Amino acid sequence: MSATGIGAAVRRKEDYRFITGKGQYTDDISRPGQTHIHFLRSPHAHAKITSIDTASAKTMPGVLAVLTGADLAGDKIGNLICGWMIHSKDGTPMKMAPHPAIAHGKACYAGDPVAVVIAETLGQARDAAEKIEVDYEVLPAVVDPAKTQEAGAPQIHEVAPQNTIFQWHLGEAAAVDAAFASAKHVTKLDIVNNRLVPNAMEPRAAIGEYDSGTQNFTLWNTTQNPHVARLVIAAFVGMAPEHKLRVIAPDVGGGFGSKIFIYPEEVVCLWASKKVGRPVKWVCERAEAFLADAHGRDHVTHAELAFGEGGKMTALRAKTIANLGAYMSTFSSSIPTYLYATLLSGQYDLPAIYCEVDAVYTNTVPVDAYRGAGRPEATFVVERLVEVAARELHMDPVELRRKNFVKSFPHQTPVIMNYDVGDYDASMRKAMEIADVNGFAARRREAEKRGKLRGLGYSTYIEACGIAPSQAVGSLGAGVGLWESAEVRVNPTGSVEVLTGSHSHGQGHETTFAQLVSERLGIPIENVSIVHGDTDKVQFGMGTYGSRSGAVGMSAIVKALEKVEAKAKKVASHLMEAAESDIVFKDGQFTVAGTDKSAAWADVALHAYIAHKFTGAQLEPGLKEGAFYDPTNFTFPAGCHICEVEIDPETGSTTIVGWTAVDDFGTIINPMIVEGQVHGGIAQGVGQALMENAVYDKDGQLMSGSFMDYSMPRAENLPPLKIDTTVTPCPGNPLGIKGCGEAGAIAAPAAVINAITDAIRTENLAMPATAPAVWAAVRAAAPALAAE
Amino acid sequence: MPRVSLTVNGKAVTADVESRTLLVQFLRENLRLTGTHVGCDTSQCGCCVVHVDGRAVKSCTILVQQAEGADVKTIESLAVGDTLHPMQEAFRQNHGLQCGFCTPGMIMTAVDLVARKGHDLDDKTIREELEGNLCRCTGYHNIVKSIAAGAKAMAATTTAQAAE
Amino acid sequence: MYNFTYHRASGLRQATNLLGKLDEAKLLAGGQTLLPTMKQRLAAPANLVDLNKVEGLSGIELQGRALVIGAMTRHAEVASSPVVQQAIPALAHLAGLIGDPAVRHMGTLGGSVANNDPNADYPAACLALAATIITTKRKLIADEFFTGLFETALMPDEIVVKVSFPLPKKAAYEKFRNPASRYALVGVFVAKRPSEIRVAVTGAGTSGVFRVPAFEEALKKRFSPKALDGLGVPADGMSSDIHGGAEYRAHLVGVMAKRAVAAAME
Repeated sequence: MSATGIGAAVRRKEDYRFITGKGQYTDDISRPGQTHIHFLRSPHAHAKITSIDTASAKTMPGVLAVLTGADLAGDKIGNLICGWMIHSKDGTPMKMAPHPAIAHGKACYAGDPVAVVIAETLGQARDAAEKIEVDYEVLPAVVDPAKTQEAGAPQIHEVAPQNTIFQWHLGEAAAVDAAFASAKHVTKLDIVNNRLVPNAMEPRAAIGEYDSGTQNFTLWNTTQNPHVARLVIAAFVGMAPEHKLRVIAPDVGGGFGSKIFIYPEEVVCLWASKKVGRPVKWVCERAEAFLADAHGRDHVTHAELAFGEGGKMTALRAKTIANLGAYMSTFSSSIPTYLYATLLSGQYDLPAIYCEVDAVYTNTVPVDAYRGAGRPEATFVVERLVEVAARELHMDPVELRRKNFVKSFPHQTPVIMNYDVGDYDASMRKAMEIADVNGFAARRREAEKRGKLRGLGYSTYIEACGIAPSQAVGSLGAGVGLWESAEVRVNPTGSVEVLTGSHSHGQGHETTFAQLVSERLGIPIENVSIVHGDTDKVQFGMGTYGSRSGAVGMSAIVKALEKVEAKAKKVASHLMEAAESDIVFKDGQFTVAGTDKSAAWADVALHAYIAHKFTGAQLEPGLKEGAFYDPTNFTFPAGCHICEVEIDPETGSTTIVGWTAVDDFGTIINPMIVEGQVHGGIAQGVGQALMENAVYDKDGQLMSGSFMDYSMPRAENLPPLKIDTTVTPCPGNPLGIKGCGEAGAIAAPAAVINAITDAIRTENLAMPATAPAVWAAVRAAAPALAAE
Repeated sequence: MPRVSLTVNGKAVTADVESRTLLVQFLRENLRLTGTHVGCDTSQCGCCVVHVDGRAVKSCTILVQQAEGADVKTIESLAVGDTLHPMQEAFRQNHGLQCGFCTPGMIMTAVDLVARKGHDLDDKTIREELEGNLCRCTGYHNIVKSIAAGAKAMAATTTAQAAE
Repeated sequence: MYNFTYHRASGLRQATNLLGKLDEAKLLAGGQTLLPTMKQRLAAPANLVDLNKVEGLSGIELQGRALVIGAMTRHAEVASSPVVQQAIPALAHLAGLIGDPAVRHMGTLGGSVANNDPNADYPAACLALAATIITTKRKLIADEFFTGLFETALMPDEIVVKVSFPLPKKAAYEKFRNPASRYALVGVFVAKRPSEIRVAVTGAGTSGVFRVPAFEEALKKRFSPKALDGLGVPADGMSSDIHGGAEYRAHLVGVMAKRAVAAAME
C-alpha cells in the first residue's frame, strides 16, 4: 500500500479551502446584476386559492416582478414529477397528482408556494410579499397517514381516491400464511417510523440565469445530482432543451438525500430569470427549509415474525402505510417499496416474507429519500422484531441472531435481493469484544447502585447499495439507468483530471477518487484533480446517493483507467520501440519486459500528445478515455452496532454511554473517511431514535418547524464512538467496494431502542425516545420506579 | 443610511448600511468574506461564529451597528499566508470536517474556547462547549478530537513564539 | 427583518428620552432574543435604542450583603466572575447554562429579566433570591417585577439599570433543558435565605416564573431533599407542548427541586 493509495488514511485534498473559509457554496456566488426571490407560501395545509391580488405588491420599492401559478401555467412550464413508476397489486399505475412549481388553484400543504416576488434585495422581496393578497377557502386537512384513507377524510387530489397513491406488495402471501399457521411462536409489533427533517447544515439555494444572447440557461444549485436535475428540468418541466441548460453544483454543504430531488424553487429561479432578464437568487432560510425540503421516513407499520422450533425464523409479514406528503417527490415511490421491503430479510435466512405497502397523500410536506431511505425503516422493523422475540423466547439476542444468520453465499432472499457475500457472525463477534459485552452485567449493577437503568441493544443490519444494475431497476419501475460515468484526461505533463458523474457534498471524493488514480497510475496524488458537479464539464452522471459513489462511481473510473493504461502502453511501445505486448506498467514506469528500457509516466503522456514517435495511421494522438459502468448487482454492506445506554428513571433522560460499530464495507479506500461516514450516520440514527421528530398538529401546521422545536443531535448527545470493520470484498465490482455512507443511519435507531427497552424492560416505546416518552414508559411498566 | 466603521481582519472598513443589516450580512455581502456561513435563523447552528473584540459571537444575531468601532475577526484571518492556524491544521489532520459548511464556525468557536479554557481540554468540556454549534456530517467525534489536538498545538505554537 | 431606525444611546438619560419620544421603540441590550424574533418578523419595532455603548450599565460588585450586577453585564461575565462564584455560586452556574458560549458573550442580565421569557433562567434566580430590580425610576422586588408571560412591571420608558441579589446562605439551580431550544423545560432555583426558603420555578408554568409555597414550607422545617418526599405541584397550571406534557413538567418540578436542594447542601 502506498502512502496515498488504496487503503491509506490520506488527509483530504478538499479541506484546505473549507478550513480557510474559501469554499464556494451556492450562496457564496454572486452574479452580476443578480436579483433576489422570495417565495410566499401557503399558511394553510389545505385550501382553495380563490384569488391572488398582486397589484400593491408590484408597486413596492425594488420589486421587479410578482409571479403566480397562473403565470407559470400561462408559460406552459411543466409539473414536477416522480421518476419511479410503482404499480399497485391490482396492476394499476400509481396515482401521481399534478405538482406545479407554484400552486395553482389549490394549496396542498402549509408551505406550498403560492406566489413569488423578485426584487433588488431580499428584504424588499419579503416586504412586498406581505402585500400580496391571497384569498383562501380553507379546507379540512389530514396529516395522519393512518387516517388519510378513511372514508370521509379530506380528498387531496382528484386522481387519488381515498388519498391512496398505490397499494403495492412483495413476496408470497400464501407461503407466509402457511408458515404463520404452523408457527411455534409469533412476535408482533406496531411501529411508527418517525418523520424527520434532513437539515443539511447548508440550506438549499439556487441561482437561475438566462443569457438572451445565446438563449442558454445556467442554474447554480445545491444538488447531489446536477445531470438528473438538468434532465428533469429539460425533459419534463420543459424549461429549456437539455443542451441549452447548464447545471452547476458547486461546493454543497451536506445533502443526506434532501438535495437529490428536483424542487419547485430551482425551476422558478430559472423561469423568473428569463422573465426579469437578470439572474435570480434564492437562498432558503432554515425555518423555510422545514417546509421546502422533502422530509424523510414517516411509516406506520404492523409487523409479525414467526418462529419454528428452537428459535428458527420461518416467516415475516409487514403491513406498512407510507406517508408521501402532499405531492410525490422525485424518487418518493421507490423508498417505501424497492428500497424497503426488499431488505426485510435482514441478515437472516428467512424462508418466506410478505409485505404490503400503501403509499398515501396527506396535507404535509412531501416525503422522499433521507439517509438510508427505506433501509433504516426495514432494519428497524427486523431488528426490533428480533430483539423483542429474543426477550419473549427468553433467548440471548445474540444466540437468536446467530442461529438465523445467512451463512452461505450467494443467498437468494424471498424479496428479490441476492446477497453476494458477507460474514455476519464475524462482525458481531468483533463488536461484542470491543463493546465488552461480557462486562455489561457488572456495569449494569454499578449503574443500579447510582439509581440508573442500564441497557444494551444490538442492531445487525444489512443494506443494499449502489442502487443498480440499470436493467434490474428499470424492470422495477425506475425512470433512469443507475450506472455511473467517468472520464480520465491525462495532460501532456502527466497530471490527470478525472471527470466523474458522482457528486461530493462532504464525502471526500476529491481525495478517495484521487487515491485510486494515484495507485493505479503510480503518480503523486497532488497530480490528480477530480472534477464534478458541472454539466458543461462532465458529460453525464447519475450523482451521489445510496452509498453508490465508491461502488459504482469509482468502478467507472477503474474502467476508464484501464483504457488509459492500454492506450498509454501503445504510446510507450512506439516510444521504446518494443512490441506492445512486451510493455509492462508498474508504479508509474513503463518497462520493456526482459530489458532495462523504461519510460516514466510523464514521458509517455508527453509523447501521446507530441505524437512524434508514431503516425496518425498507427495511433491517435492524445490520452483521454471515458467509461460507463453498470454494476451487476446491488452491494450488501452489513454489520453489527451495539449501543449501551443509561437512563435516569426520574426524568426519563437517556444517555448513550457506549457505541460500537463493526461494519463490513468490503474494500476500504480511505479508512479515515469511512470512519467519518459511520460517525455521521450514527449521529443521524441516534437523532431519529432519541430526539428528532417532525410533528404536525391536526390542522396541518408543522409544530417542530425550527431548531427551537426540532431537536438536532449535539456533541453532548453522543459518546466517543468505537468503529471497526471486517472485510469480505464485494465480488460484484472491480475494487470490492460495498459502500459506507448510510450504514450508521440504518443501524443506529434499532440499536438505541433495543438498548433503552432492555434498560426499562418494556417494549412499549415509540421513537423518538424523548425524556418524557421514556419516563411515561417506565411509569406505565413500573410505577414505583418512576415515582421514586 | 447610517454609516458604520469597524476593523475586519485587521483592515479598517466604513460603509453605509440599512439599520437592519446584520454583521454576517455585512461580512458576506459588503466585504465578500463568504467563509462565515448562515445555517439557521434562530441563533443555534453556530455556522456564523466570528470574533468581536476577541470573543466568539454569532454574527447572525448582532447588528453591524452594534459592532461599531469593534475589532472583528473571521475565519479568513486565521491562516498566515499559506501557514494554517494550528486549529485549522488539527481539523484537517483529524478529519474534523466533511461538507465544510459548519467548519468555519466550529473553528472560530474552538479558538475562542482555547482562549477561555486553556490548552488541555477533555472530551466532556469540549462537548459541552459545542452547545451552540451544530454539525450534521461528522457525529462530532472527529470535531472533538480536532479541538483537543488543536488546543494542544496552539500551546506549542505559543511556546515557540515566546521562545523566539 | 423589517427595517427600523437605529439609535445608539450614549447615556441612560438619552436612552430614556428616546424611549419616551419615539414611536414603537424597543431597547436593544444583548439582542440574543430580540434579534431572532425580529428576523422572523415576529417583532417589528420602528426604532431600536442600543444600550451597548451606555457607560456604567455593566459590572459586578459586592455591596455589603448583596451582589449587585449591572443590567448590561453579559452572561459570560457573570458565569466566569470570581466574585459571583464566591458570593452566589448558584448564580454563576445558572448564567453558564444560558444559551451557548457565543450567546453568553452577548446576552445580558437586564435583557433577560426585562423580557421575562417563561423559559428563561434569570427570572427564577431573581425570584428565589428575592432580588431587587433597580430601574431608572425605582426599585422593584422580583415578586412584583415579573407579572406574567413576557410581562413585567416596567413602564414603557423605564430601563433596568441593575439587579441586587441578597446573599443567600445556600442556593442551587437545577435545569432540565428543552432538547431543541435549550431553554429550561423546567428550571428550579432553591435559596436558603437568612429569613426564609424560596423555591422558584421557570419553564413549567403557564404564567411564567412562580414560587412553590408548599416546598418552601417543607424545606423550612427541614432543608433536605427528603423534606419534599410526597410533595408535588399540580399538573393544572403547567404548560404542555410537544416537548413535554403538563404532568411531566409537574413531575420534573419535584425532581429538579430535590436535586437543587441536594446541590445546595453540598
